Amino acid sequence: MEGVTLSEAEQRYYCDLFSYCDTESTKKVASNGRVLELFRAAQLPNDVVMQIMELCGATRLGYFGRSQFYIALKLVAVAQSGLPLRVESLNTVKDLPLPRFVVSKNEQESRHTALYSSDADNPASYSGVIPPPPPGRIQVKKGSVSHDAVQQRTSTDQQESTSPVVSPQQSPPTSPHTWRKHNRHPSGGNSERPGPGPFWAPFSEVQPGSSTSSDPIWSGHSPPPHQENWVSFADTPPTSALLAMHPASVQDQTTVRTVASATTANEIRRQSSSYDDPWKITDEQRQYYVNQFKTIQPDLNGFIPGSAAKEFFTKSKLPILELSHIWELSDFDKDGALTLDEFCAAFHLVVARKNGYDLPEKLPESLMPKLIDLEDSTEVGEQTGEVGYSGSPAEAPPSKSPSMPSLNQTWPELNQSSEQWETFSERSSSSQTLTQFDSNIAPADPDTAIVHPVPIRMTPSKIHMQEMELKRTGSDHANPTSPLLVKPSDLPEENKMSASVKFTAGNTVNGYSSSDSYTSDPEQIGNAVTRQRSHSGTSPDNTAPPPPPPRPHASHSRSSSLDMNRSFSVTPGQQQAGVVAYPPAVPPRPQPSQGTGPHVHRSVDADGLIAHTSTSPQQIPEQPNFADFSQFEAFAVSGVNKEEEDEIETHSEVLQVEKPSDSTSSLRVAKADGRVEDKAPANVPSSAGKGTTPLAPPPKPIRRRLKSEDELRPEAEEHTQKTGVIAAVLASQPSIPRSVGKDKKAIQASIRRNKETNTVLARLNSELQQQLKDVLEERISLEVQLEQLRPFSHL
Amino acid sequence: MAVCIAVIAKENYPLYIRSVPTENELKFHYTVHTSLDVVDEKISAMGKALVDQRELYLGLLYPTEDYKVYGYVTNSKVKFVMVVDSSNTALRDNEIRSMFRKLHNSYTDIMCNPFYNPGDRIQSRAFDTMVNSMMMQVC
Repeated sequence: MEGVTLSEAEQRYYCDLFSYCDTESTKKVASNGRVLELFRAAQLPNDVVMQIMELCGATRLGYFGRSQFYIALKLVAVAQSGLPLRVESLNTVKDLPLPRFVVSKNEQESRHTALYSSDADNPASYSGVIPPPPPGRIQVKKGSVSHDAVQQRTSTDQQESTSPVVSPQQSPPTSPHTWRKHNRHPSGGNSERPGPGPFWAPFSEVQPGSSTSSDPIWSGHSPPPHQENWVSFADTPPTSALLAMHPASVQDQTTVRTVASATTANEIRRQSSSYDDPWKITDEQRQYYVNQFKTIQPDLNGFIPGSAAKEFFTKSKLPILELSHIWELSDFDKDGALTLDEFCAAFHLVVARKNGYDLPEKLPESLMPKLIDLEDSTEVGEQTGEVGYSGSPAEAPPSKSPSMPSLNQTWPELNQSSEQWETFSERSSSSQTLTQFDSNIAPADPDTAIVHPVPIRMTPSKIHMQEMELKRTGSDHANPTSPLLVKPSDLPEENKMSASVKFTAGNTVNGYSSSDSYTSDPEQIGNAVTRQRSHSGTSPDNTAPPPPPPRPHASHSRSSSLDMNRSFSVTPGQQQAGVVAYPPAVPPRPQPSQGTGPHVHRSVDADGLIAHTSTSPQQIPEQPNFADFSQFEAFAVSGVNKEEEDEIETHSEVLQVEKPSDSTSSLRVAKADGRVEDKAPANVPSSAGKGTTPLAPPPKPIRRRLKSEDELRPEAEEHTQKTGVIAAVLASQPSIPRSVGKDKKAIQASIRRNKETNTVLARLNSELQQQLKDVLEERISLEVQLEQLRPFSHL
Repeated sequence: MAVCIAVIAKENYPLYIRSVPTENELKFHYTVHTSLDVVDEKISAMGKALVDQRELYLGLLYPTEDYKVYGYVTNSKVKFVMVVDSSNTALRDNEIRSMFRKLHNSYTDIMCNPFYNPGDRIQSRAFDTMVNSMMMQVC
């Protein structure tokens, strides 16, 4: 490569031209008719053309390699712009318009008659129906050419005669034809005709060439699948067809003297309509494939697993490498299994290969499995790309002509497809060159090149995703509400809280439970923890929606095809179900009524006691008891003083009013378990022991169990206030009104409250421990004093 | 844009290696081979307990004066090694990650092919195309 730098449009354009000229797809173009015609169409003086050929090195090599061809094209553009032909001008000239090629009608006709067995269509319509150009054509800038037409034509003719392999096909008299055509074009209102017109003619000729060279059905070059669409073009009036086809390009076009190879186009259309897309599956073929599919997999909507498919296709005795490639092409969604469509495509490719036809580099469009739920744009792009693959890359997919704007979008894919088409036709080092050439284009949209199959691949899994999502969301919707509906609000709240506590902070929960064990009944906490653990399944769903299924993403579509998502989506659902099942087992906690008799609340005693303790700081001794709820159990049995109950009633009311919103999950849990009941009677005796003599005896047994000594009582009073607050907090928990369908906010609020209570209790615990130490020290000091005093007493 | 891309099997033999042909390919092969030691070192450093949480992307294995070597290991101990030119400073870490992700995806596509026996050399054209797109374009 002589290092020609080409713009994006130029690259595409040259690529198409090269493909057009490269009839044998040998990656090098002999100076045969095509090239010469092209140069002739450039309407340059003959000596200019000779100069071009020399500069690009074709005369040296004897043929046009891709690089030479590109250089030649660029030089043509240079020449047409009137600039001197220099090698330097290749790279220095900026904004060079693309070379213009005008093809004369006579050439077309002569070519057609030579190439086509079928008679040419009415030449009159050739000017009209031109296959829609690739969108890239739009970017072709056209200068006025008409005035040069005559000169160039003559010079081109000369050049033809001098070119090595040229067989002069054009005679000077054709120039008048050219003129006529040029005149006709403006008269036909085709001045807006996009410049690419002439190119299409050459491009369309590629098809006949290729088609005649090989079996029409199994052309190795895969004639474009949409040739039937071309037929439709013939019917439309020329100008309208042209205009319709190129609405976008219309504006960009200046005077374009395109002697459209309308005849060529017509011929091609005829030709194309006469045979099908080589990759198209005929009906009997398809029936055969379906029958074969049934022998492996009776369910037509099911999959054939990879291993079964492998055995089946190995029977075809094709080399494993080719079978592997066929699989790569046909397994569209890359799931390791073949659907009916994929299987038919694979079988078709096997049949083609066995008949000696090369495998395409990309799956031909007609073999693409019918995918549901494809995004239209993607599909269009894909199809366009595929069309480019299967057909001549230079030909724009006719199917896209009705939607011209889409051509612009599909051009990148088409271009890439064309480059890959080249690669397919001859995998040589030139493919490397090709890649480099189009490097400007490919990186511009690198994801397209790589991700091409991805959007399609996503689709079937997308269905899975949707299903799974529906399942999950359905289950989600069900679950958050079900716990609420099934149980009283307290319970769901509690579960959620416990669950959320566990969910939001796993370690915190552990810490919480551990701290709880210090400050509250360990059994209660144990229950709480147990309940939290059991509800951990709900937590992700109740407190936070499960993460959305992995989006069918290029990098992660695999996970969707695996059942990981399913399992993930199902698992929480199952968990939820399991959790849902669990909560109902828990007896609903009675709702403490605000201001009503605490008797309603099973833990009313506890509440009352707690309230009592808070309001009556002097009723301290239970602080140590408070810390150790296990003691209270014993007292739960021991009975409760009635008068304290009365006190408790009033105090509970007060307390409940004080902090109706506070709640700690531990207490709630405890209450749910009835632990509070244990605490209540314990608190009752403890409160009973506060300050009142009759109450003193009951606490004593408690205190005995406690580590603290009797001397702790005075100090315990100090703690009472703190614990009272906490007790109030704990007491007020049950007073939280039940709310069916409590939303996340309540849960979070309760979480906060629990955490607050947790910290408060933890603090209390530490303080109590500290006080315990102090008290012990005092005791020791007192005993020492006693010892010291005793000798005095002896005296 | 990588200068060399290699896929190494679990048993540390190459499944696929592709270099930019301009330079001495043997040098790249040697580099990839030596980088395997670094990969093993990083894997073992993670510890057995963390094998589930282990990040697949290993990052820069070691830099030399001319180029840098990046590594990526899958859960099945298949290693991807990529050599990039040191002068290519524009290449950022997340780009390298995305390239490895693409490699991984293409590799799993190959795995899905029933005609591919794990442990065989990778001869998939699609994989070749993808790797080519990631290689540096050298005129």
